[in-house]
Amino acid sequence: MLSMRGVSYRYPGYARQVLQDLDLEIAPGDIVGLVGRNDAGKSTLCLVAAGLAPASIGGTLTGEVRVDGISTVGRPTHELAASVGLVFQDSNTQRSGVTATVFEEVALGSVNLGRSVAETVRRTRDAMATLRIEALADRDPARLSGGQAQLVAVASILAMGPRLLVLDEPTAQLDPEGTRLVGAALRDLAATGTALLIAEHKTDLLDGLCSRIIALDGGRIALDGPAASVLEDPALAAIGVESPARVRLARAATERGLTIPAGAFAR
Amino acid sequence: MSERSARRRADGIDDATTAPPPGADQLSEADAAYLAGLAPATPTAYHRQNPLTKATAATMATLGAFVLGGYVGPLAILVLGVVPGAIVAGLLGRLVRLAALISLPIAVSVALVSVFTRAGETVLFVIGPFDATLEGVDFAAQIIVRLFVIAMALGLFGLTTDPRALVVDLERRGVPPRVAFAAAATLETIPAMIERAQTIQAAQRARGLDTEGSLGARVRGVMPLVGPVILSSLTEVEERSLALEVRAFGRPGRRHLLWTLPDSGRQRLVRWLLVGLFLAVAVGRVSGSLPAPL
Ligand SMILES: Nc1ncnc2c1ncn2[C@@H]1O[C@H](COP(=O)(O)OP(=O)(O)OP(=O)(O)O)[C@@H](O)[C@H]1O
Ligand SMILES: [Mg+2]
Repeated sequence: MLSMRGVSYRYPGYARQVLQDLDLEIAPGDIVGLVGRNDAGKSTLCLVAAGLAPASIGGTLTGEVRVDGISTVGRPTHELAASVGLVFQDSNTQRSGVTATVFEEVALGSVNLGRSVAETVRRTRDAMATLRIEALADRDPARLSGGQAQLVAVASILAMGPRLLVLDEPTAQLDPEGTRLVGAALRDLAATGTALLIAEHKTDLLDGLCSRIIALDGGRIALDGPAASVLEDPALAAIGVESPARVRLARAATERGLTIPAGAFAR
Repeated sequence: MSERSARRRADGIDDATTAPPPGADQLSEADAAYLAGLAPATPTAYHRQNPLTKATAATMATLGAFVLGGYVGPLAILVLGVVPGAIVAGLLGRLVRLAALISLPIAVSVALVSVFTRAGETVLFVIGPFDATLEGVDFAAQIIVRLFVIAMALGLFGLTTDPRALVVDLERRGVPPRVAFAAAATLETIPAMIERAQTIQAAQRARGLDTEGSLGARVRGVMPLVGPVILSSLTEVEERSLALEVRAFGRPGRRHLLWTLPDSGRQRLVRWLLVGLFLAVAVGRVSGSLPAPL
């Protein structure tokens, strides 16, 4: 679905390579978690994976980014948008600014894809129901709480039905309930064959969700492997990522000489 | 061909984009009613005019006021065109206040500059090295009248048209969505800019910047706001275009919009009449067959 080979990227007007020599492969149904400290390059990788960098924001890309086997270079973003969805880190960035209600905001992408009204309505309703934001349908998208805006942002991409969905910290502003809802929605989506790339600081969320975790450090891949092994890797702390609670709990118990029955803190 | 679709064709609207799209038969009555309710509210007959009709009226009034010049022409446009529209829309008072507010700052500077710098025979009074002439006053007054008429015409359009309705309508007529959306996004940044100025001001005040107190202090306090407001608004436009791109905005081809605004053959006729009237006046003015501006 997504394949990156030897990808390096530099923002326009900057000398520094923000991403350096990345290799990444995501298959349909995969849920890949992306972790790393602030500044590691997670958001940049999301922009590159969705084809917005360099196509829309400029900069220099070397290496190869392919979606469905076709290079993203030179493909217009509206064309990529039919298969790749991107949810921005800042949900305010996501807001189109041209709709008066949340319903129309969520429907916008589907309308732009040329779907029939009935199908757009159905997808819009489904996406809003998945994230339990039906009650917001008639609200002004510019006047939402941070968490509500984030759910609307996710819904507005879900309604487009992308086959690769890239989410940049989709739960940063969400309460535990909202975080669980997004997690469950993403799991259901992957079960239908959608490939997911999720940048996230909340490793507890990734723990139960991801099949694979990639840890970025200084724009390079520091760790890459099955979710359980990366999240339990002691090297995670050195690159500024906190392991999930269950890992820290098990570690603390072991340090204090308690014997933990195998599997007591399983995922 | 039904009468309705014949009329639509006559309106130059592609039937394919407005006729019930495939699958619309599956749309329940309740859904159809819900979608119709999403269209912007149109409380009066003037609001109900198609956005393009209102835009044409505003544009022709603006250009007409320019081309005619003098007092009689622009005032005729105001009294015969804009004011009746505003009365029908039920917002004459609001419109006059808005237009005065918009034109006041420009009017003051135009008055200051032209009254004192315009050469002329009849000196009215002298302040220092400057003498105010009758010709200067006349010139300034003409510009201010034109300015006010234009502000009224554009204000009437702005107050009676949801920018989103214009976008939807332009898009339906085949205007590139990028152009249509850019217009609405730009309009949308104006309230956003005001809001942001307040946020930045609150943040800077929290850091001890004086934005209250004497006038001098307030001016000094506002200056550091200007940079951040303009810069963050530029980023905003940049961000917005990314947001639109990930929603497949700009994708060529047909779209099935959630709601559309009615148009009619009569409105189409009115639009062409307005354009024709303007062209006649412009030609008359250029060829000299119209009397000089009064
Ligand atoms: N538009 C831009 N232009 C220039 N440099 C940028 C731009 N956006 C990000 N950068 C730089 O790229 C580097 C990586 O930023 P990025 O946003 O990808 O990090 P991140 O891992 O997402 O961090 P966070 O956890 O804070 O979201 C940073 O040094 C940042 O300054
Ligand atoms: Mg980021």
